[in-house]
Amino acid sequence: MPATIVQRNKKAFKKTKVDTVTIDIIESALRNARYEMDTVLFRTAMSPGIREQHDEFPMIANTEGKMVVGQFGSFIWGFMDGYDGTVEEGDIFLTSDPYSVNGAISHANDWLMLMPIYRDGRIIAWSAMFGHMTDVGGKVPGSLPTDGTTIYEDGLVIPPIKIFKAGVLNEDVLRVVLHNCRLPQWNLSDFNAITAALRTASARCIEIAERFGDDVFYSAMDAMLERNKRAMKALIRQNVPEKKQHFEDYICDDGLNLGPYRIRCSMWREGDKCIFDFSGTDPQSMSSINFLLNEEMFKMFAGIYMIMVFDPQILFNDGFYDLMEVRIPAGSLLKPLKPAALSCRTHALGRIFDILAGLLGQGNPDFMCGAGFSDSPHFMYSGYDKNGEWYQLYQITFGGIPGKPFGDGPDGHSLWPSFTNVPNEFLESYFPLRIDIYETIADTGGAGKNRGGNGLRIGYRFLEPGEISIHDDRWLTYPWGANGGEPGVRSRKLLQRADGTEELLPSKIDHVKVEANDLLIADTWGGGGWGDPLERPAEQVAFDVEAGLVTVGGARRYGVVIKADGTVDEAATKTLRTDMAKKRGPKKIFDRGFDSIEELKARCKAETGFDPPATPRFTKWAAVAAAALEKKAAKEKKGAKAA
Amino acid sequence: MSYRLGVDVGGTFTDLLLVNEKSGQTWSAKVPSTPADQSVGVLTGIRKVCERAGIDPKQIDHVMHGTTVATNTVLTGTGARCGLVTTKGYRQVLQIARSYVPGGLGGWIIYNKSLPMAPLACTIEADERVSAKGEVVRVLDEKALRQSLRTLKSKNIEALTVSLINSFANDSHEKRVREIALEELPGTPVSISSEVVPEMQEYERTVTTVANSYVRPRVDRYVKNLRAKLGEVAEGVKLHILRSDGGLASASSAAEYPVNLLMSGPAGGVTGALWVAVQAGFPNLLTVDVGGTSTDVALIRNGEARLRRETTVGDVTVRASSVDIRTVGAGGGSIAHVPELTKALRVGPQSAGADPGPAAYNRGGTEPTVADANIVLGYLPAMQKLGGDMVLNRELAHAAVKKVADGLGLSVKDAALGIYNIVNENMVGALRLVSVEQGYDPRDYALMGFGGAGPIHSNALSRLLGSWPSIVPPGPGVLCALGDATTAVRDERARTYVRQFSLTSAKEVEKVLKELATDASKGIENEGVAKKDIRTTYQVDVRYRGQGLRLAVNIDLADLQKRGLKAISDQFDAEHERLFTFALDLEHELVTLRAAVQGPGIKIKRTVLKKSGPDPKAAVVAKQKSYMDGKDVTAIVYDRAKLKAGNKIKGPAIVMEMDSTTVILPKHTGTVDVYGNILIYPDGYKARKAPKAAAKATRKPAPTARKPAKAARKPAKGKK
Repeated sequence: MPATIVQRNKKAFKKTKVDTVTIDIIESALRNARYEMDTVLFRTAMSPGIREQHDEFPMIANTEGKMVVGQFGSFIWGFMDGYDGTVEEGDIFLTSDPYSVNGAISHANDWLMLMPIYRDGRIIAWSAMFGHMTDVGGKVPGSLPTDGTTIYEDGLVIPPIKIFKAGVLNEDVLRVVLHNCRLPQWNLSDFNAITAALRTASARCIEIAERFGDDVFYSAMDAMLERNKRAMKALIRQNVPEKKQHFEDYICDDGLNLGPYRIRCSMWREGDKCIFDFSGTDPQSMSSINFLLNEEMFKMFAGIYMIMVFDPQILFNDGFYDLMEVRIPAGSLLKPLKPAALSCRTHALGRIFDILAGLLGQGNPDFMCGAGFSDSPHFMYSGYDKNGEWYQLYQITFGGIPGKPFGDGPDGHSLWPSFTNVPNEFLESYFPLRIDIYETIADTGGAGKNRGGNGLRIGYRFLEPGEISIHDDRWLTYPWGANGGEPGVRSRKLLQRADGTEELLPSKIDHVKVEANDLLIADTWGGGGWGDPLERPAEQVAFDVEAGLVTVGGARRYGVVIKADGTVDEAATKTLRTDMAKKRGPKKIFDRGFDSIEELKARCKAETGFDPPATPRFTKWAAVAAAALEKKAAKEKKGAKAA
Repeated sequence: MSYRLGVDVGGTFTDLLLVNEKSGQTWSAKVPSTPADQSVGVLTGIRKVCERAGIDPKQIDHVMHGTTVATNTVLTGTGARCGLVTTKGYRQVLQIARSYVPGGLGGWIIYNKSLPMAPLACTIEADERVSAKGEVVRVLDEKALRQSLRTLKSKNIEALTVSLINSFANDSHEKRVREIALEELPGTPVSISSEVVPEMQEYERTVTTVANSYVRPRVDRYVKNLRAKLGEVAEGVKLHILRSDGGLASASSAAEYPVNLLMSGPAGGVTGALWVAVQAGFPNLLTVDVGGTSTDVALIRNGEARLRRETTVGDVTVRASSVDIRTVGAGGGSIAHVPELTKALRVGPQSAGADPGPAAYNRGGTEPTVADANIVLGYLPAMQKLGGDMVLNRELAHAAVKKVADGLGLSVKDAALGIYNIVNENMVGALRLVSVEQGYDPRDYALMGFGGAGPIHSNALSRLLGSWPSIVPPGPGVLCALGDATTAVRDERARTYVRQFSLTSAKEVEKVLKELATDASKGIENEGVAKKDIRTTYQVDVRYRGQGLRLAVNIDLADLQKRGLKAISDQFDAEHERLFTFALDLEHELVTLRAAVQGPGIKIKRTVLKKSGPDPKAAVVAKQKSYMDGKDVTAIVYDRAKLKAGNKIKGPAIVMEMDSTTVILPKHTGTVDVYGNILIYPDGYKARKAPKAAAKATRKPAPTARKPAKAARKPAKGKK
């Protein structure tokens, strides 16, 4: 049963013609409102993930729930389908259950809140926002258990509920929720912050409607969506061929020693419509790396990617949704069935962007970026300090942005919008650790005409006994290079014990016990390079060498020979470049750094120090359930056709 | 007899305002700027203004100057070649920065990061370590440092920065590194982070200190040169430079900490506007300074400009106090365009700048700009000559705007009105940032438009925000020089002091604040400010423990002594509630303590206009066909110099003066006050009653958000 909307004022909005300038004004007013939501949230939230790193996503949608301004596309439809109750003035909704909202949020750490905006008794718009809570209970601090096998182990899962009913907070429910979290005061503050941000958006929408009239506000939002659709239609026509393109990439392992998991996507155009089909993607995992991918959200990713590459002036919203169709097979890594665990979905979520780069780039290699820092590796450290106080750190780290047609990828930066690192002095002031090393690693960015950014090295010196968790990837497969560029270097984690022993840590692991003075050297990976490295101006390579971002040895990957005084040896460079150009084969559109998974696995142990993971297999119950669903869908399709 | 002089050097004109310190009488002058050596223009101006006043320049004993030298150095990337010393393991602190990529999802695809102000090739590491609590964990390896410093010699650095981890907690290593650097690299100026900005956060502290080094040699040269030239005409004159926070620094302090001058220019405008507004009886004011490429806006409350703890110039953001000025890329030269795919009308942020400038300037510009739209709309009358001598070409303006009109399928004048409306909306966006977003209702504020083009937009902006009156000061161009001349000497000291309330005391806080005050006073005492004339204010940054934000709270020492730390927490809770609609029941934490000291201001007697009746007929010079609010109207054109106090100008009207034009829209009336300000109100305007209650009503209280906090506090530790 979908939600029932209650409106005192039954009068329908009148669609009126709105002049361009008014649309533009309403558009910028809404954009201002959306940024104001961010500001309000950042200033009062307490989870460092939200506050410092900006793991949060605001949105304003029209009466139908289509996103007019925001980033990740609308999640209101998903919510409305999953909520069995009424929507009334003054209500605010809360949920953290991905399965109830068809993946609008994709793990239980994300608290999604929605608010219908009423004016004169009817809904004129929606505001919504979700943010990543540091902890929502469950089996490990941080609520992201690598070895979780059902969502019940991930943490507390809140179904869609009315947390404010007609403006009144449901205190008992909030108390139950907070009681199950390890840092309830953080959750409470974040909850309040999101509420304040929703109310801010509400106040702004009401002001705009007051200024221009409800009908104009309604019609202008419609026109904004229409404007976007028109632009996207042209982009799709220009850039998506009718011939099928395929691309696949991998998640290296699932933390339970199975992998790599393949994500495969095909893309083609039928008329004005662009179709994405994920058939051939590996089955859902027994561990928590599953990513419940919402089709609408994927459309937004794809749309934004096209806009950014081809015409960044376009404001993105949900207007183009009819122009895309997304097919994801049930029971796959991207459409896992309940109760599969979901908490560590970050790797697959990130990898989606590499898939998009690979798919959209094939038609236009000049516009394609290398594989990038398509993940948000997590580091967690918790325990009791000397004074018996609980400390718990959750940190997102960064790496190399890929080389791109427009220039080099920055070193040690974030692919995620508005994410920032946490100042190390802040960490050292609040947690029992010191950051002894904080630098990017020379030569880890893929060589290319435009260099991939270097990966980041953080040296964590622990000052108290505790436990750490690492959630990372790309330790086995490489961030590929594009259009002649080379792949970046893989990630690696090394724990140097205070007693002098060393051990390599797997890329996904929880509950690693550490003692005071142990040092963890956590290396993330570099971005793939773009374009022929031999075409990179030699002086630019010399500049990077002088800066310490590329070594003298690493310069040879560009065919550049650097003299002892740091300058380019012109003659030797010319010879080397000619020689390299001769020896190598034809230009590769993609350079993955391996020929086949088998070949890659064969050298896994020697190169990484770890045995290769075993081939993923279907969980039995999920296979049965997926087959049943498929049958049902086929039947419905047939029925629909017959009708 | 002693005189003081305010000097503002703009891109086109240098404005000067001379004040007789005893009588308060003023004289002003305007001369062309001389970009190659700005002091040439300044000296010409001094001669001119002194002639007008009939005095010898030797009688001037203080020159107060707002400068854009530091800003331009950053914007044009023409600063010093900087060396940097970091703690081992942190060489790439500027390269990594905050890992932030602007532009939203997918923004990285088009993001090319600019190079750090201190090149990596010139960055070395010091083997040393201090903990967050200030303990030395690893002593400085001096031998290794000397060796590394020697390698910098060959890199021809012109300035050196030292920024070590946790130096805000213990500066001994930074100081020692400086001693060694001065021995190894004699003659190279050294800035250390614990002196420039002794606050937590390594990237921000480093980038701020490096920015200081980056602009330092150039500012130093500029100040020395100006001082020398001033000395030639006025021996013994004291030169002061306006700081970003609206205070004055001595020339030597300015040259040492030039990072505090990045907003020096615009701060002068805000200070000038503040002075005019307070005189006119409007202590709550929004200021709008419209320039060629951008517009600066700020909020003044109870006669004081809001300060911000950071300053942004281009893509560089540093930790230095500045008047909270927001800049939006919307000015007279902003270009309007219609993107092919969306067919929307966009204005800016691209600008035609001063060269080629708007199409109407007839210097080769063909893109339609805001100024061109204003000409099409008839807001800049045919007889108006910019800066007194530049003739505007109306046909070229028309042709340029037609491009946009064709793209939109509109008439040329409707397209022009669209440009005017959109650019106003962009300015309103910036005004909201300083008002609504900070919890201030713009309807409780008057609005002042200045800068050459400000008065064209002032009335329209007031209408959009409900900020009345819309004030147009006389001589909107000399407002900055007025600000420079009226500013008091000011300095401040701050210290990071992260303490939970339960782990500190009011006594301890008071002790630190007093130390900071003493330290800050020394500088301004050297400037000749008598101890008894120094006014000291105290401020602390506070947050709930675990929060990332910090709110500045002003402290009254007597209140602190009486009520203890509650004097701080009560204020913080109230401020938190005002800004975010809720307060929390969590422990408070101090972040930064700050003391600001200020010398006395100066009295200026303003020219008072002759009173007259409401009829402004005597000032009418022409009629002008205009297009306002979508209608063709005939606007009466007035000569501002002929207006008298008490005159009422009914819109549609246009008021002209040498370097500016004021638009009064239909159904609005401008009244001239005794100081020559035009105060514009909508016809039939009634002042809002009890604005406080109204402000409250717009914010719904967050029901019972406080209550569950209490319930939630206890289980936090999770003890079993």
